[in-house]
Amino acid sequence: MVKRTVIGVAAIVAVVLACAVYVVAAARPKPTGTLDLSAPDSVLFVSEGRLAQLKGAEAVVSDRACARVYSAGGTTVCLRSVAVPPSFEAVLMGPDLKEFHTIKLDGTPSRARVSPSGNLVGWTVFRAGDSYMPTGYFSTTAGIYDRRSGSLYGSLEDFVSIVDGVEQGTKDRNFWGVTFAPDDQTFYATLASGGRTWLMKGDLATRTMVSVRSNAECPSLSPDGKRVAYKKRSGQHWSLAVLDLATGVETPLAEPNHLDDQAAWLDDRTVAYSRPPGPGEPPAIFSVPADGTGEPRQLRADASSPSPLGQSQSQQSR
Amino acid sequence: MYVSTEPFRRGAARSAAKVPPTVLALGMVSLVTDISAEMVTAFLPMYLVYGLGAGYLQLGVVDGLYTGATALLRLVGGHVADRTGRPKAVAAAGYGLSAVTKLGFPFAGGSLSAIGGLLAVDRAGKGIRTGPRDAMIALSSPPSALGRAFGVHRMMDTVGALLGPVVAFALVAWTAHDTVFVVSFGFAVVGLVILLVWVREPVGVAPARKVRVRDGLRLLAQPAYRRICGYAVLLGLATVSDAFILVAVQQRTGLAPGWLPLLPLGIAMTFLSAAIPVGRLADRFGRWRVFLAGHGLLLAVYALLAFGAGGWPVLIVALGLHGLFYAATDGVLMACAGPLLPDEVKASGLAVLQTGQALARTVAAVLFGVAAAGWGLGPSFALFGGVLVVAVVLSRRLSW
Repeated sequence: MVKRTVIGVAAIVAVVLACAVYVVAAARPKPTGTLDLSAPDSVLFVSEGRLAQLKGAEAVVSDRACARVYSAGGTTVCLRSVAVPPSFEAVLMGPDLKEFHTIKLDGTPSRARVSPSGNLVGWTVFRAGDSYMPTGYFSTTAGIYDRRSGSLYGSLEDFVSIVDGVEQGTKDRNFWGVTFAPDDQTFYATLASGGRTWLMKGDLATRTMVSVRSNAECPSLSPDGKRVAYKKRSGQHWSLAVLDLATGVETPLAEPNHLDDQAAWLDDRTVAYSRPPGPGEPPAIFSVPADGTGEPRQLRADASSPSPLGQSQSQQSR
Repeated sequence: MYVSTEPFRRGAARSAAKVPPTVLALGMVSLVTDISAEMVTAFLPMYLVYGLGAGYLQLGVVDGLYTGATALLRLVGGHVADRTGRPKAVAAAGYGLSAVTKLGFPFAGGSLSAIGGLLAVDRAGKGIRTGPRDAMIALSSPPSALGRAFGVHRMMDTVGALLGPVVAFALVAWTAHDTVFVVSFGFAVVGLVILLVWVREPVGVAPARKVRVRDGLRLLAQPAYRRICGYAVLLGLATVSDAFILVAVQQRTGLAPGWLPLLPLGIAMTFLSAAIPVGRLADRFGRWRVFLAGHGLLLAVYALLAFGAGGWPVLIVALGLHGLFYAATDGVLMACAGPLLPDEVKASGLAVLQTGQALARTVAAVLFGVAAAGWGLGPSFALFGGVLVVAVVLSRRLSW
């Protein structure tokens, strides 16, 4: 029996040591450089759970943990996990990447967005596999934070939503993918209810959302505020399209592959997004022209959550 | 009678020391195995979305795959443990199966069917080991202290479940993502080693003759056991799942949604601190009585959520009562049924009871979901409260 105990203790010590060595070896890699949010025409993104920046062809990976990021107008939002107690949070950072505000989240980070001025921050989190949900379903929470007043709109479910002129009941509503207009009051988001989705146009002041069109998810407003890029679903396949808000004309983009992301406008002519380059591969960042021409171009492998830097700040300072 | 009542007046340290070493060892096995399992559960949504770029739709498919896997295999695990008379070996197979799957994840790459398959195998391992494990707890504890033995085990089990996500998220913050699976595998192996080295196969469980499926089925002909199963299923049908309780608590109190993930902590903390004292109460005042009293607490939770005022007191009282409900029902039910079952079919008997209760609760979750979508949370809690009252009144007929 003593011998058994010795073997048991030795086995446990061996396993613990092996794990410790592995964890130390795989520990957070040293940052490869310094992030600089004022660098023109660069793209902030997430590389294997770390905040990173693409400057031309060169990438700098920091040691900041981040699952999803967006930056505009000098405000950067990063959605990340917290160990104790195990949960998630949105952390807001200034131009120097100094953290100035933290918001608790009630699910796995999914989407993040900041208004062009940097005043409004929006996010989406999701929960899947809760025991009350039928197989294949999930629930989401989309919230907005106003830097100026400190107001927290914890969930868009608290807003009035009107679909095709009819006010929606409070049950079975999920919202995701917030995007902001330059006026810091108007926003767009996705409403899902009864297995259908709508592009909703919202007003923060009146806390009301009105449907724009159906089958449009994860909207992203162009820098000029005139077009919305979103994904459309057909069966198990999502593809990107751009809607001209004035004319109502919808243009499918030249990306034939399935993707699940909220696009980001690199400039008025190009959108970026992430998808796996091939089956079973980790996601990479691609870009495609916003007018339906051309073809997807891979910007960076092993990367997600693209957020262009420089354009909104330069507009603001102009 | 003083022989059995006197020790209850002693301190907690003394009572923990009297818990059979096999129960403590099984508690340790469950603790580290739950760390291992909950690490993966907490990490998986993040891994699928950010590591693999899989969308919501696919996530749901993966989730759905493993829910059904446990029920049937729990029955198989219980039966094989009885048939071979070696519950430890069967439990080891279950723990081993789950351990191996943890190393499979990094190799599954982006294949969702491979990940779904691994999850199903993991759940299968959990199903296989549950019956034999509870049978070993029952077989190695004195019948008079079964409630306490199960209380000790469930307390340790819950500690592991609480620690798992902490370990996983800490690794996500500080290391590359694959470490979550490697460390999870490490914990699972440690659990297996503790089982093999420190858990002793209870003596005298080897069957005198071959145990057949028929023998397990014949158990249901025994009135006391059949009634326990029937009432446990009935009460299970009136039990609202945690997810709804938490959402209702959050809505009632107007708590910011960001706090929602912290609410289960309140329930788990109450559960783990009350599991042992409530188990001892059950040994002393009657296990079925405590089991039903636990459902009384659940009824109070429903009433608070259906009719109570808002505010922090409701939050604290509801979470506390729900934690006590678990303490008074989870291990206590096993302690109720344990002594009724002959040693050679103990694992099968406990597995049948657990499966019945689990299936009833699954049905209840679906029904409550339908009710809540139609009438809202308040009226649904009132309805389930009514069903629960009927179930408790009927179940009182079981003698304690």
